[in-house]
Amino acid sequence: MEPSFLFGQFLGGLTAAMFLFLIASGLSLIFGVLRVLNFAHGSFYMLGAYLAWQIVRWVGPEGEGFWLAALGAALGVAILGAAIERLLLRHLYRREELYQLLFTYALVLVLADVAKVTWGTGQLSVSRPPSLSGSLQLLGITVPHYNLFIILLGPTIALVFWLLLQRTAIGRVVRAAALDREMLSALGANVGWIYTGMFFVGSFLAGLGGALVTPTQSIVPGMDVAVIVDAFIVVVIGGLGSFWGTFLGALIFGQVLAFGILVFPGFSIFAVSALMATILVVRPWGLLGRPIR
Amino acid sequence: MTALLELREVHTSYGISRVLFGVSLEVARGECVCLLGRNGVGKTTTMRSIMGLTTPAEGTILWRGEDITGWPPHLVARAGIGFVPEDRRIFGELTTWENLDVAQRVAARRGPWTIEAVYDLFPKLRELADRPGGFLSGGEQQMLTIARTLMGNPELLLLDEPSEGLAPLVVDQLLERILLLKRQGLTILLAEQGVDFSLALADRVYVLEKGAVRFSGPAAALRDDAALRHELLAL
Ligand SMILES: Nc1ncnc2c1ncn2[C@@H]1O[C@H](COP(=O)(O)OP(=O)(O)O)[C@@H](O)[C@H]1O
Ligand SMILES: [Mg+2]
Repeated sequence: MEPSFLFGQFLGGLTAAMFLFLIASGLSLIFGVLRVLNFAHGSFYMLGAYLAWQIVRWVGPEGEGFWLAALGAALGVAILGAAIERLLLRHLYRREELYQLLFTYALVLVLADVAKVTWGTGQLSVSRPPSLSGSLQLLGITVPHYNLFIILLGPTIALVFWLLLQRTAIGRVVRAAALDREMLSALGANVGWIYTGMFFVGSFLAGLGGALVTPTQSIVPGMDVAVIVDAFIVVVIGGLGSFWGTFLGALIFGQVLAFGILVFPGFSIFAVSALMATILVVRPWGLLGRPIR
Repeated sequence: MTALLELREVHTSYGISRVLFGVSLEVARGECVCLLGRNGVGKTTTMRSIMGLTTPAEGTILWRGEDITGWPPHLVARAGIGFVPEDRRIFGELTTWENLDVAQRVAARRGPWTIEAVYDLFPKLRELADRPGGFLSGGEQQMLTIARTLMGNPELLLLDEPSEGLAPLVVDQLLERILLLKRQGLTILLAEQGVDFSLALADRVYVLEKGAVRFSGPAAALRDDAALRHELLAL
């Protein structure tokens, strides 16, 4: 096989990994602090994609309308997520975890129907923003500027979030909330608002992921369920609630997808599933996660 | 004169298991009051009820004469009640300094207690500022958990078994620091199983048994009367 071909597969895997990281990091962040496994996270991603398409329709694809659409879609999804947490989900924290799972699963069904009614069942697509519509030659292959942007955006977001969590006052409070919410509330913190804030941020990441994916793949019903399955695999591999674990999990997933397909079509998904199953057996808390106390 | 804190006939359950059966007590400003009793009699539950961590099923909790029953914990803390839990509950992955900083930021009350001030109270913590809380010894964690609660500048400190599991020498140092806090005018509600630590600090005691107050009186009464002590606590 040509080295340039392999390099192309590698870059493709990297791009896929960064999208997965955007989505899975929000899922992992929400689980890390709230201990809620949000099935509807993939639905938020789908809504981000549809909203981006809608805003591009309104403002037009010329100029930098795409960026406005991506930001608007992410914010819209974030506000929706925060509202759902504040008005509905919070009533279930005292119940068994099963109720939370059922609730977020119900959200998946409701949001899928809302999307079908609003945007239909056909495929929709969004073109790349003019500023990133070009491409460049790299080691003998053609790489779209947009893909390079995604490959750089992933680590940037990872680093920014890590610095926010480790080095800022808000980050310290969030880490404390993840470790012991009851103690934090006894020290005077209104933990309810911290939860809402984390749901906002996690949903923002899902919405942003959905919006940014639109120039690379078409928007279809069912993308919500497909992506939540992938995101679950990523966080299981990396360790649920572990920030760098999610990053590592996404990188591994992306590369296994990219190179597994060379064995035979369909082998990729078998390979990631086998990897996840192995990790669940030998290290159930994931590569960089910690056993739950 | 109204008491700073008053509990009237407080009943508290965890799910279907009832733990407190009508606990009534008072704490006046500047006092150190001790809840004495063996393991499992309801000392921690009394403190959790005051703090709003476990809402009482019946009864009233008055803070400066105001009914605070059913308030969420953060509002109770902001009203001036600080809770030092028995299992210390340090944020283990945060450093000593981060533990204190978080407490300072979430506390809505400003006052004399700053990070520098608690470092002066417990100089050891200054040396351990950058160490993760999970790597501190039991005694160091106990200092940190008291210091962390002081960051909220409470008027009343709920101290749940501060001497539990500590070496005698460490307990003596801790006792001396808590006495200093008391002399500075902090009101304290202490929970203890043993009489040594509690009688060295307390002005008055309530002896709890099976979720109810069995005896209340001045600490001196227990200190001077070995027979009474024996009868109440089988010590
Ligand atoms: N979270 C809980 N759920 C159910 N029962 C509890 C819980 N915490 C304490 N208990 C029970 O309540 C009783 C009183 O406990 P506690 O208030 O911790 O006593 P103490 O602090 O005096 O040792 C004990 O019988 C204990 O088993
Ligand atoms: Mg106790």
